Amino acid sequence: MSLLEVDNLRVAFDTEDGRVQAVDGISFSVEKGKTLGIVGESGCGKSVASLTMLGLTRSMNSRIEGRVEFEGRDLLSIPETDLEAIRGNEVSMIFQDPLSSLHPFFKIGHQLSEAVLTHRDVSKGEAAKLAVEMLDLVGIPNAEARSHSYPHEFSGGMRQRVMIAMALINDPKLLIADEPTTALDVTTQAQILGLIDDLQEELGMSMILITHDLGVVAQNADEIAVMYAGQIVERSSVEELFFSPQHPYTWGLLGSIPRIDRSSEEPLIPVTGQPPSLIHPPGGCRFHPRCPYVQEACSTEQPSLETTGGGGTHHSACLLSETERKALWASLEKSPDPASAIAAAELKVARR
Amino acid sequence: MSSSETALLEIKHLVKHFPLTKGILFRKQVGAVQAVDDLSLSVAEGETVGLVGETGCGKSTVARMLVRLLDPTSGEIRFDGDDLASAKGGDLNTLRREIQIVFQDPYSALNPRKTVGAIIADPLVIHGIGKEGDDRKRMVQELMEQVGLSPEHYNRLPHEFSGGQRQRIGIARALALRPKLIVLDEPVSALDVSIQAQVVNLLSDLQKERDLSYLFVAHDLSVVRHVSDRIAVMYLGKIVEVAPAEEIFEKPIHPYTLALYSAVPKPDPSERTEKPIRLEGDLPSPTDPPSGCRFRTRCPWATDICTKAEPPLVDYGGGHLAACHHPRNVSRVDLESAQIAPASPITASDQMPAVE
Repeated sequence: MSLLEVDNLRVAFDTEDGRVQAVDGISFSVEKGKTLGIVGESGCGKSVASLTMLGLTRSMNSRIEGRVEFEGRDLLSIPETDLEAIRGNEVSMIFQDPLSSLHPFFKIGHQLSEAVLTHRDVSKGEAAKLAVEMLDLVGIPNAEARSHSYPHEFSGGMRQRVMIAMALINDPKLLIADEPTTALDVTTQAQILGLIDDLQEELGMSMILITHDLGVVAQNADEIAVMYAGQIVERSSVEELFFSPQHPYTWGLLGSIPRIDRSSEEPLIPVTGQPPSLIHPPGGCRFHPRCPYVQEACSTEQPSLETTGGGGTHHSACLLSETERKALWASLEKSPDPASAIAAAELKVARR
Repeated sequence: MSSSETALLEIKHLVKHFPLTKGILFRKQVGAVQAVDDLSLSVAEGETVGLVGETGCGKSTVARMLVRLLDPTSGEIRFDGDDLASAKGGDLNTLRREIQIVFQDPYSALNPRKTVGAIIADPLVIHGIGKEGDDRKRMVQELMEQVGLSPEHYNRLPHEFSGGQRQRIGIARALALRPKLIVLDEPVSALDVSIQAQVVNLLSDLQKERDLSYLFVAHDLSVVRHVSDRIAVMYLGKIVEVAPAEEIFEKPIHPYTLALYSAVPKPDPSERTEKPIRLEGDLPSPTDPPSGCRFRTRCPWATDICTKAEPPLVDYGGGHLAACHHPRNVSRVDLESAQIAPASPITASDQMPAVE
């Protein structure tokens, strides 16, 4: 059985301008010891989905539907007090901005031991000792002395290590890392991702890694879900996603990132247009106004996430047939230009 | 740094120290943040030079000095032969028309109370170009069209635009005076990947049409590799390596460049077996940089000499320069023809590196 099972999760917020359907029916599962990467651009709902799993979007103006089952318990329906016992204990989270996630008035040793004291029946001394051990584990030099420092006395990378120490101090079974390295420089990012990887192996925990960086998921995830406008458009193993992607949006993403490991001669092929408004999302397939391969049906019919080969583990939500998609990708793999792919696949594209 | 005849912009031994003072009545200087310390770099006509480095390495300080938002402590900035570093008054104004800047954050770089039309027209007004009224409006609308904005949006306010569109407004404003050089300070790092590609393509199209030169300052190595002809890598206020874009990551000479390249997560799961070089520790403080080579505290190959002597910037031929006592990817033969570059910092030693 999976550690976490998300089934048809929907999150909407009522705003002055109307109802924003931030997450619109997503389903996925996370296996024990594995990493699920969720990728997508700003506003695609990836962060809202993860916050909702920990009950952090519960409020007057939010509407949450679906199931988030963690070890058989539905995190969406249990009362706040029960959720508090899970949050920061069995499931913990690392946020993007380490400075605003740490309290500026308290020493970090205090903040770390507080996390222990909330969930475990230990003495203050033991908690403080554990805090120092954890700081040492995440590679903070001179941990004993540094536990008496305030957050502002640390650099960005060090603060993110403190956040990781705090997230891991209660041996969580699941870690949700929301853009854990986006605010950091590349060499620091490599340190932090390496550290998370080592700790994951050591502690055997599962992870949901949320990022906009395809490089980060390629190197760290086992499975990937691609989100667009509140929905998952493609879900597969990391190899399948990079070597035989099945959704036009995924192709667009792969074609628009500059590659450091390839010659720069190839031009970037951006996805045209803007992500849609989630108050008035386009009808049919959410991606159809930006899709170069759009068909007549795309504007009226909403595609569902269906298995498309890969031994039953590859899912994609697209109205194009599997043969059409295979032919398109075969051409795109050689040159990322959609026009030549349409010609090569002899695809008839609906007028826009 | 190759040929000085064709260089449009020539930075020579540029220094920027921000003084640290103590006391309220009698301010006395107790030290300095050595943000940029003896940096030399050139940009040829029509060329894109990428300047990369991590937070705090001084790359944005360089960008700001080029448009004289900051005054250099010492050194020369030659633009088309004129010294920009010491220019004043009218001369400075003339030079400012030739060099424009695009900032990182498209949200804070545009005045929220001005219409897009007024924002783009501002440089024209300041420099007295075109006639007030319809003439300027036409010029602005032409610019808007060139950067892919619809000219009908002339009277809209910045908040009505998305991040990518705002960055286009910033680019249109920079183009208004028909400059020869545009300093791009992290122009795409605030944008989503699909939008980032649109702006990168726009920049390269504009460069072709208008024969522009770019100094592209960024921390994202993949983007810099894509847009640049040459790349300069900065570490703690100094240039550690300069080379043609294709060569610098194929054959990095400086250990820091090597570490930077290996730290970038490649969007290719088959390369997962290659573990990145993990640099230990953090960037040292620029108020008290390490003696000798500034990278030595984090370098896996550092030895005694790195503590004692600052490595000279050595020219390995083909426009590839690096400042390291223990160069990587360099053979004995390469080293025989190598020599210390004129761009080497004044304080650097004159000892050529050795190959192990």
